[in-house]
Amino acid sequence: MRDDHALIQRGVKPGSQVLDLGCGQGALLQYLQQHKNVRGYGLEINPDNITACIRNGVNVIEQDLDNGLRNFEDNSIDTVIMTQALQAVERPDLLLDEMLRIGNEAIVTFPNFGYWRTRFYLMFKGRMPMSETLPYNWYDTPNIHMCTFRDFEILCREKNIKILKKTVVDGEHKQHWTIRLWPAMLGEIAVYHITRK
Amino acid sequence: MPEQIPNDSVGLVIPKVHHFDQPLTLRSGRVLPSYDLVYETYGELNADHSNAVLICHALSGDHHAAGYHSMEDKKPGWWDSAIGPGKAIDTNRFFVVALNNLGGCAGSSGPTSINPETGKPWGPDFPIVAVRDWVNAQARLADVLEIDQWAAVVGGSLGGMQVLRWSIQFPERLRHAVVIASAPKLSAQNIAFNEVARQAIAKDPEFHDGHYLEHGTIPKTGLMQARMLGHLTYLSDDAMKQKFGRELKEGKLNYSFAPEFQVESYLHYQGEKFSTRFDANTYMLMTKALDYFDPAADYDNDLVQCLSQAQCDFLVVSFTTDWRFSPERSQEIVDALMHADKNVSYACIESDNGHDAFLLPIPRYLDIFSAYMERVAADIPTAGGQS
Repeated sequence: MRDDHALIQRGVKPGSQVLDLGCGQGALLQYLQQHKNVRGYGLEINPDNITACIRNGVNVIEQDLDNGLRNFEDNSIDTVIMTQALQAVERPDLLLDEMLRIGNEAIVTFPNFGYWRTRFYLMFKGRMPMSETLPYNWYDTPNIHMCTFRDFEILCREKNIKILKKTVVDGEHKQHWTIRLWPAMLGEIAVYHITRK
Repeated sequence: MPEQIPNDSVGLVIPKVHHFDQPLTLRSGRVLPSYDLVYETYGELNADHSNAVLICHALSGDHHAAGYHSMEDKKPGWWDSAIGPGKAIDTNRFFVVALNNLGGCAGSSGPTSINPETGKPWGPDFPIVAVRDWVNAQARLADVLEIDQWAAVVGGSLGGMQVLRWSIQFPERLRHAVVIASAPKLSAQNIAFNEVARQAIAKDPEFHDGHYLEHGTIPKTGLMQARMLGHLTYLSDDAMKQKFGRELKEGKLNYSFAPEFQVESYLHYQGEKFSTRFDANTYMLMTKALDYFDPAADYDNDLVQCLSQAQCDFLVVSFTTDWRFSPERSQEIVDALMHADKNVSYACIESDNGHDAFLLPIPRYLDIFSAYMERVAADIPTAGGQS
């Protein structure tokens, strides 16, 4: 199992209903279906990913997250998951609202723009940071709303969103004691498990 | 004529006819005492009879979905792009059944066939059939072929409506449903188009209230107009622009009412061709079946409750420039299926070809279709247990 999926699946109850926003090739849903008896749908816009999902036996719906999630009713899903897509949508704040309107809980993962290497890259090179987790130029990146862990937590506070659990990991989704010492600086990716207050 | 049958074709096929003596009570309350269904099959039925796929045809379709009837055939069956060895509906894996629906004019009982009670052609007296009547008749054909459960029921447009009907009418008799470029019911605009088409036919002086066969005439003009209108709604503005633009037949304007633009002569040609091969009463009857289709009506107009009856998995596909059955209509089906907690996947295929796209070999469309049919194949139960 992929390490990020290992982290995410801990927050998903067996037999529950899941919506995976930007589900890629459906690997997470496939795992959840097979091992946790979860029922769910993935939303995706990449044509190749959609075909892969279908081949993988995952329910995939072609839908652009930037057009909203109005077709889903309030509280209709147990857990809404979004892996590494928050930074790529037009209005992450509105999408967070939507996720917690539809789902009782949500799990969000995104890269930390406050990671020490990014900070140093900008400070010493004077250019927009590029790394293995952020392998794009400023002009062709799909990531249009980068944020730091602190930014995200401030947004949650303003929106009255409760953080149930926060797991900070490195680029390989591994936990390490050093990260726990100074997550805002040493963490590359965070997995936030959130709900409404 | 195919000089040589292509390798990915089902080859030469011979239609079969089955005569049914068991009376069929129709949605309208009328009873069809006996009837014929003409059908074709491609591929081999496995020992368990578990690899059968039913193809439901659209408005002007018939049983000839793939392959050739003879080496003189100019064109293969209407869905040859999707049915054959190695194609989306792979005849190496599946036993494919395609039939001409009741009321059709390609061999199954319909307005052009003989009414056994009078010994004359049915004409306009052939009972108006509903989508559910077709599905009932198809189920009886399945019984004849000893197919208890279809691996999949597949159809586009009006064919997609039959698929939806199958899923709620005989939920235990299909494992997968593929609904392409379809809708849960027609919009007022759709019904309006159908009525204009029917009026064009009915007002043709050669129509004789539908008794044209007895008069030795054919309402050619009306049928042609109906088809021209239909054809317009199946294409998109972009497709027409690309195909014809404002190109002139003779390279100059003649300031006459004869067809001057290429698009005009194209429509004339299509209408003309159709009016010689298709029966006017069948066209009236099939468009009525479209208008009446509204399965949710039996469930307090609640499509979620209606589709809750289904037990199969679904693939729903739409096309970006289809304005006859727009992607929004497919999304209504998808949303209802999700609310009903069904397994459903949905893709909206980029295409310039309007409603007609569902018959064309668009790579992304065929990829998704093939991927789904691989799943259908993986779900085929084998003797002595699950797959």
